[in-house]
Amino acid sequence: MVEPVSSSVSSAEFHHWWNNERFRGVLYQLLLMAAVVAIGWFLVANTLTNLNARHIATGFGFLDREAGFGISEHLISYMPSDSYLRAFEAGLLNTLEISVLGIVLTTLLGVVMGVARLSTNWLVAKLASAYVEAMRNVPVLLLLLFCYSVITVSLPLSRNAFNLFDRVFLSNRGLRVPSLIWDENAVVVVTAFLVGLLISVGLAIWARRRQDRTGQEFPVVWGSLGLLFGLPVLAFLAMGASLSFDVPHLAGFNFAGGSTLSPEFAALLVGLVIYTGAFVAEIVRSGILAVSYGQTEAALALGLSRMQVLRLVILPQSLRVIIPPLTSQYLNLVKNSPLAVAIGFPDLVSVANTAINQTGQAVEGVTIIMGVYLAISLILSFVMNWYNKRVALRGGR
Amino acid sequence: MAEPSVPQSFAADGLLSRPIAWARTNLFKSPGNTVLTLVAAWVLWLLLPPLINWALVKATWVGDPAACRAAGGACWGLVTEKYRLILFGIYPYDEQWRPFSAVLLFIGMILMAANPRFWKPWLGAALTAGLVIVAVLMWGGVLGLPPVSDDRWGGLPLTLILSIAGIVLSFPLAVVLALGRRSQLPAVRAWCVVYIELWRGVPLISVLFMASIMFPLFMPEGVTIDKLLRAQLGIILFTAAYLAEIVRGGLQAISQGQYEAADSIGLTYWQKMRLVILPQALKVVIPPLVGQFITTFKDTSLVIIIGLYDLLSSTKVALSDPQWRAFYVEGFVVAALIYFVFSYVMSQYSQYLERRLSAGVRRQ
Repeated sequence: MVEPVSSSVSSAEFHHWWNNERFRGVLYQLLLMAAVVAIGWFLVANTLTNLNARHIATGFGFLDREAGFGISEHLISYMPSDSYLRAFEAGLLNTLEISVLGIVLTTLLGVVMGVARLSTNWLVAKLASAYVEAMRNVPVLLLLLFCYSVITVSLPLSRNAFNLFDRVFLSNRGLRVPSLIWDENAVVVVTAFLVGLLISVGLAIWARRRQDRTGQEFPVVWGSLGLLFGLPVLAFLAMGASLSFDVPHLAGFNFAGGSTLSPEFAALLVGLVIYTGAFVAEIVRSGILAVSYGQTEAALALGLSRMQVLRLVILPQSLRVIIPPLTSQYLNLVKNSPLAVAIGFPDLVSVANTAINQTGQAVEGVTIIMGVYLAISLILSFVMNWYNKRVALRGGR
Repeated sequence: MAEPSVPQSFAADGLLSRPIAWARTNLFKSPGNTVLTLVAAWVLWLLLPPLINWALVKATWVGDPAACRAAGGACWGLVTEKYRLILFGIYPYDEQWRPFSAVLLFIGMILMAANPRFWKPWLGAALTAGLVIVAVLMWGGVLGLPPVSDDRWGGLPLTLILSIAGIVLSFPLAVVLALGRRSQLPAVRAWCVVYIELWRGVPLISVLFMASIMFPLFMPEGVTIDKLLRAQLGIILFTAAYLAEIVRGGLQAISQGQYEAADSIGLTYWQKMRLVILPQALKVVIPPLVGQFITTFKDTSLVIIIGLYDLLSSTKVALSDPQWRAFYVEGFVVAALIYFVFSYVMSQYSQYLERRLSAGVRRQ
């Protein structure tokens, strides 16, 4: 931006000190600073007076006090007699759990739907369009409430739960599945899976280097799948083919044993994923469309198969277009996760809200919420920017 | 896409030759494609007949839950029975022509703002005037209208008020923030960046919490602002940050030559912006502005969490009636349809605008 060059105007009235551009710049900034400070002081002073009047101590000391409220779902052990800090930690972990799972599932759904919308198959393309238009044009909260109602009102009571081989039960108390008991055998099988994962990563890197060097391809996908499933199955057989599970069974009005996917968690996850998935589908679609059709034709002319064209030519180029808006959709998903409050899933905001109502420490509670979300936003943007740099055109930087 | 090559056997001049050729290219091009078609058709077969059966064939259009249960289909009686609660919340029954006129006025305002013939400098003033008339209608207390406290507002008018006032009133702030973020004065730029990034970094729901819990702490003793206005203020400040980024995009799209030309004919900063830059920049960003409006329109549903009765909340209230509770699907479908119609029309309009506005610049 270029500022007017006032010195070039020779008229006498432009030589007054208040017409000096630099002086005016400084003056405006001082005025703005003064205004910000005045507003800040006004707010802080009022808040302090009000807190005093209500006998609420400021500061984060309250975090050590006993929380005294229960949290229905927690990844770390938590009891009402634990501190507020522990409650916040449990809430934060729930938020992170829903965010990570949500982002992974949203990406899968979004990519499938985005590609389906571009399918040459008319029926598939229309179905995907219908999904995208329906989801994009209703509020996410409505989807959440609807999913929650489906689970709690329309699914049968525990007593009449849908059941699969007497192992998996679906009722209005959520989905109950058998859980693995952590004995020796289980540890070995899981370790085998992790080893398979590590080898697969190594295999992918090696295959890529070899292809760069010699041009020979290696079937990485099949190899990795073989490793990921083969190793645990081998370990399972080697350990005598026995794993023990904690199978859920009906006890009173609810199930005991096994692990649960609660209605709140399921509704929140499904609602967020089907909503954000529609936006991701649009991003994927426009990213693919942004790669000119000549690229596809050229790749087909080279004799690549349809899948190879997609994987080697289209996707690497469209990722450059896709990543930046995808980042903001991920952030939207994370920022929509506090809607959990509406259906009673104890995420960070919901826990903070309870804590604020109990202690009156509104300033501190809101500060924690804002701090955590700002941190999540920054970290996620950082990771995505790093990935974006990797897929960006090299040499253009 | 290249013209499909029609196989000889289908090229004959039969009545079915064209649909069959169409199906062959679009549905059964390859074995994989055929499998996809069959799977999609199977899914539709599973979903559509029961859906039509439920929504139309077995549906009950009037009457109570007992009649619905007997019929076994959708219970649209919920709508005929409760539509005034869903649409207008708990606004006094005899006065509900007022929110109804407010909704009509809002639709008029949207139609006016959507017509390029009215994209004049006075549009903002006209929309603000419309908001004032809505405020008078809803609050009353003057012109012989009985006063209605705003904690009784609800339903569609409330949703429209929150979103339209949210966009219209946040717009001036957004323009100032966008200009500030591109200013050469470091302190101005820094504060604008802090404002924009801070608001964009936090969820709207925590902003609403802040508006409902913390705002009273911010005000001097004795000053109370009611919940609706606090939520509205939160929405305005929040939306302004997003709008500011959209406007900034428009400012960046204007070529440097325009800035230099405006400077060289001796315009002051504000003249330059008002007469040269903003008219062009705002035109570029109209489609994303419509997109932001749709987002705000849908996001106002979050006010349910601080206890305001917008369209979604009033639907929920209607469904909390125990005898209707089992028919939640019908209630949510109606609310979703209202949201859908508004959002879909606006998004189609935004796509039309994009085509229209790019007509002069597109290279083809």
